[in-house]
Amino acid sequence: MDDPYKTLGVPRDATADAIRSAYRKLAKQHHPDLNPGNAAAEERFKAVASAYGLLSDAEQRARFDRGEIDASGAERSHAHPHAHPGYRAHAESGAGQRYRHAGPEAQDWNDPDLEAMFASMFAGGREGARHAAERYRLAVPLLDAVNGATKRLTLPDQRVLDVKIPPGTEAGHILRLRGQAAHAAGTNAAGAGAKAGDILIEIAIDPHPVYSRDGQTLRMELPVSLREAVLGGPVEIAGPRGALRLRIPPHSDTGTELRVRGRGVPAHNGLPEGDLYVRLRVMIGPDDPALDAFLQTWQPARPFNPRQTMDAAS
Amino acid sequence: MMTIDRLIAEIGQVERADLERWIREGWVRPEGEPDAYRFVEIDVARVRLICTLRTDMEVNEAALPVVLSLLDQLYDTRRQMRALIERVRAIAPDQGRD
Repeated sequence: MDDPYKTLGVPRDATADAIRSAYRKLAKQHHPDLNPGNAAAEERFKAVASAYGLLSDAEQRARFDRGEIDASGAERSHAHPHAHPGYRAHAESGAGQRYRHAGPEAQDWNDPDLEAMFASMFAGGREGARHAAERYRLAVPLLDAVNGATKRLTLPDQRVLDVKIPPGTEAGHILRLRGQAAHAAGTNAAGAGAKAGDILIEIAIDPHPVYSRDGQTLRMELPVSLREAVLGGPVEIAGPRGALRLRIPPHSDTGTELRVRGRGVPAHNGLPEGDLYVRLRVMIGPDDPALDAFLQTWQPARPFNPRQTMDAAS
Repeated sequence: MMTIDRLIAEIGQVERADLERWIREGWVRPEGEPDAYRFVEIDVARVRLICTLRTDMEVNEAALPVVLSLLDQLYDTRRQMRALIERVRAIAPDQGRD
């Protein structure tokens, strides 16, 4: 520990009154309850209080002066003058509301005083004002939005931006390009210190002739021939995310739906990948005398009326 | 919770008449009626603080309400700031750092 005389800033022959006066002066300055959140003041006050504890006791002071005890030895023999946790710890906790000054407590966020403070804080904040964001709209083909793509966008001022469309992007999604808005710093009311604003791009989706999207699910209608529908078999299609080989089960019909796991919208933003639903539509195809001849002589093993449910309902 | 007798005994350096006057002035706000005050921890700490202000810092009773009022406002603001920081952290846990 430092020399208590130096800590209090008094000469070694200072009177008891001078020591008390020096202590009081320093206590006013550094008392922790008057300096909440200031660790340096707290340390300083501890040293001052400890030095005063030693020098205010005539007997201890005399022993220290004779070199019989040192400052730290004296410190141990003295009750610390600031042994209590202090007012600060209570005042900063919820208990402090007991002595709150007339006025709203923190829970009351509608306080106009607070609102005005925050308004000024965010208006003239450390980042400086930003230019207003520019908004654009970009129409993207459905499969580009599903799979992700990079699109080139030409702005009205002829600047060209490459916009990255993340996989799974939905219609109405807004992409934010930070600080990309027109390089107009200084020409705007926000002033020269203002930072370039953001560009906001709202994504629109162009519909696809084959595929439609429903959340993570993709749907399509797949035309199949009469032979494929009746006998079944493999069918190759382009697929929304690459070539697919489907197996048409025998005796499929128009309206039969096949589910292809994991071939819908890819996983994104914590959403799992979706499925592709393929709905079959049987196409009879062009004229074929052989088919005509076959059907003329065909005797169905189980006579079938496709309008049966319609008749029952009417 | 403690009674006025225990509080005086515990603090040691406070006169009952002074303490009763501080209560009448509203500088110390115990619970209960004048003949049965109950002091919680913050009341005890506040009486200690007032004693420190009066003796160590030589704040006289005329200036004491000014000092207490400014201190109370300082702690109000610090509590509000704390509550605000907690709210901001709750709303945007990743945005609090630069």
